[in-house]
Amino acid sequence: MDVIGKSIPRIEAEDKVTGRAKYTADFSSPGMLHAKLLTSPHAHARIVKIDTTEAKKAPGVRAIVTGQDIPIRVGPHIQGRPLLAIEKVRHHGEPVALVVADSEYQAKAACKMIKVEYEAIPMVLSAADALKVNPSLVHPNLASYSKDNKVHPEINTNVANRTKIRKGSMEDGWKQSEIIVESSFFFPQSDHAAMETRCATAEIFPNGVVEILTASQAPYDVKKLIHDHFFVPLEKVHVKVPLVGGGFGGKAAVQLELLAYIASRAVNGKKVKLANSREEDFMTSPTHIGLDAKVKMGATKTGQIMAAEITFYFIGGAYSDEGVDISKAAALNCTGPYKIDNVWCDSLCLFTNHTYATSFRGYAHIELTFPIERTIDLMAQKLQMDPIDFRLKNVIRPGDTTPSCAELTQSNIGDVFQCLNRAKALIHWEEGQKTVVENERIKVKGVSCFWKTSTSSTNASSGAVITFNKDGSINLSCGVVEIGQGTKTTLAQILAQRFKMDMGKIHVMMDVNTEVNPEHWKTVASSSTYMVGNAVLRAAEDAIQQICRLASSVLLCNPEDIDVAEGKAYLKSNPKKSLYLKDLVHGYQYQNGNAIGGQVIGRGSFIMRHLTHIDPSTGKGIPGPSWTVGAQAVEVIFDPKTYTYELKKAVSVIDLGKVLNLMGATGQVMGGMSMGLGFATREGFTYNGEGQVLDTQFRTYKMMRYGEQPEYVVEFIETPQIDGPYGARGVGEHGTIGIAPALANALSLAVEVPLNKLPLTPETIWQTKRGESNDSL
Amino acid sequence: MRVIKFQLNGREVETDAPPTARLIDVLRDEFAYIGSKEGCGDGECGACSVFVNTLVQNSCLIPVGAIEGAEIMTIDGFSQTELFQMISECYSEAGAVQCGFCIPGMVMASAALLSKNPHPTEEEIREGISGNLCRCTGYNMIVDAIDLAAKKGEGLW
Repeated sequence: MDVIGKSIPRIEAEDKVTGRAKYTADFSSPGMLHAKLLTSPHAHARIVKIDTTEAKKAPGVRAIVTGQDIPIRVGPHIQGRPLLAIEKVRHHGEPVALVVADSEYQAKAACKMIKVEYEAIPMVLSAADALKVNPSLVHPNLASYSKDNKVHPEINTNVANRTKIRKGSMEDGWKQSEIIVESSFFFPQSDHAAMETRCATAEIFPNGVVEILTASQAPYDVKKLIHDHFFVPLEKVHVKVPLVGGGFGGKAAVQLELLAYIASRAVNGKKVKLANSREEDFMTSPTHIGLDAKVKMGATKTGQIMAAEITFYFIGGAYSDEGVDISKAAALNCTGPYKIDNVWCDSLCLFTNHTYATSFRGYAHIELTFPIERTIDLMAQKLQMDPIDFRLKNVIRPGDTTPSCAELTQSNIGDVFQCLNRAKALIHWEEGQKTVVENERIKVKGVSCFWKTSTSSTNASSGAVITFNKDGSINLSCGVVEIGQGTKTTLAQILAQRFKMDMGKIHVMMDVNTEVNPEHWKTVASSSTYMVGNAVLRAAEDAIQQICRLASSVLLCNPEDIDVAEGKAYLKSNPKKSLYLKDLVHGYQYQNGNAIGGQVIGRGSFIMRHLTHIDPSTGKGIPGPSWTVGAQAVEVIFDPKTYTYELKKAVSVIDLGKVLNLMGATGQVMGGMSMGLGFATREGFTYNGEGQVLDTQFRTYKMMRYGEQPEYVVEFIETPQIDGPYGARGVGEHGTIGIAPALANALSLAVEVPLNKLPLTPETIWQTKRGESNDSL
Repeated sequence: MRVIKFQLNGREVETDAPPTARLIDVLRDEFAYIGSKEGCGDGECGACSVFVNTLVQNSCLIPVGAIEGAEIMTIDGFSQTELFQMISECYSEAGAVQCGFCIPGMVMASAALLSKNPHPTEEEIREGISGNLCRCTGYNMIVDAIDLAAKKGEGLW
């Protein structure tokens, strides 16, 4: 009956393989209308005039909505984003008008008939543009926006947020440092590129109920925002999420849902579908943030890191969305998993005229890890130390504190030392970091450590309800979205383990419906298994107590004398004396017809504990319940004649506390490594001189394809997180985090110049070798 | 109005869609075969793969006027076959499925490969499926699944 740790195939696999699984765009109904967006061709321009006269007369058109019709601004931290541009456009691809028509084709045709007159405004297309003296302002009215008190925008600048870390004494730190390295780093914005593009439908019923169907990682946020912005009572907002075709953070942002709502409102509440094309998914919906960074690090001659001064300039795009919080998370974890007592960090999120950024797999950690792990290698090089030995000497351990002064224990930090040692063995470090192979090519290896915490809301919570069928099988209801991460299979395992019951007897409701499922904060931050898993265990405990109480009155003993296994409640002292769960969970009936008990309904809930707000002057505070740590390594063969390289091997060793589903966890990590390699080797938007995104199709936005992947090696270390379900930590994002610096560390060694800019295409490596600059600042 | 006739998952069907309509839209909107997914609309991702006269093709690139008289099989039809059962089992067993959005197209491409080459090497698997994108898995588990299907389905292909 032990299912924890086993490789259990995902429970919805068959639906997916047969093509029968339904995603949001697969739902349609008779009479449903379609919406399409007219988007901005400009990166920064004043809207002089919008003329919809001709478009309104186009065949099939039911309604046209423009920004003037919806004078609201939204955003999770700073409410500065209009649903449709008001007065000006701030990025290429920004929605300007919305057309509702009988068919998508007609809506699209009518969009082309809307005439918009624009007047160009100077553009902000880099961190340098954003920060120059008297810059063009993306948000001249920043002061008038409402915001929460955890972000600190700087009025009359393009700084959307600034987070400060002031730990220890920099004066002491530099005094104790005998060797100093300093460098700059850069990567552009890129995309989540989930295979399913975003899609939402909305319908408003005569009784005021608003029903939204959406491909979202945050259905309960959608519910809240429809309530907040359109004053629909919470109980009347029903958000449904079927299976989601990949999220990677991009579907935690709420955008199309609100547009679909106004589209439905414009046509008397009829059902309207709004689906992104791939182009719109790239340039209209939010993307992965870009970064310019500067790191200065000091160490003793014996290789002890004494000080770090880190500045992050996040290229947040036109609106703040989660970018401001990502910049905060980057500050709070700015050093990576190293013990550094003296840390100064300023992390800025900048407004620019790019598509706005939102959460992306790794939430600030994939971003911060690139500059930090490159700097670590640069320092090791200057110290003439082996990069792994240097890391091992400085890795963070229980008893140390993070940059935000959170105290670390074995339970919340795990064992990065052991991860790194294991990765060292798996990449065969002893062969040498650099060797010449056939055809004068160079085989090189690089490593990186990483850590990641959740940066959750301090009161993030989850609930779970279990009910029983009359055959004793179990139904689980919870609010976590199945986005491909396999949480629902893991939750079934957790329940099966607790009830010592066959997995086949556990039914997990796959879709989410906010009307019936208890709320889960949102399906992000690799925290669903931790949060919902704990709620599920409590629901199981609650149900088992009810079962034991009822069984005890039949078996004439105390509830503590009874346990549950294999579909039965039995007397611990004599397991032969037992009752079938099916005879208990809907009430027990005596032979004479009398009944006692009633339906067993297990309730469980979980709320984050001990997380704190962050002190704005020092950055002190506790951002997450634990850090998942790990080490990664890559091996590549570089051709110095063509600057091309072949990915040979990639290794991840992660301390995930306890492996719940080996195949599931391995798959998550491998997929993460693949995404990390895409980010490292080829992904990233390019823009023309007008600030227009050029890579809006898979033809030009290249992802990893079959045959380009290296051999993946994934291993896990298990240092239990005491408050995790069966000791487990989250692992959904982590494979992605340290791959880019590990690769850059390897290739820097091959070309003998520091490669501090992503993506690492042969062209950028060649440019760097020729001495071209790395950053825009 | 000109009607376009073709065979769809073993049945004779006809559509009065304009000849320039994309096959994927006709399959999904008119015949409710939602197993063919649109990931790009550009012929790059392979999520909409169908068999056209036994050749695997992207249905987003085919105008329905071009398939007059052709035999079209979507995942919905293919999933009724013995070959499919084997591939399905192996995908599940190898952990090749995550979000699942690319999977129907991936299964079609796997079947096309195995029908042509029942004993593919790892290289040939990689080559054979290189027209399909997956963002979740990093591909290795899909390669494993196809390899497993080739071995377990010995004689089927």
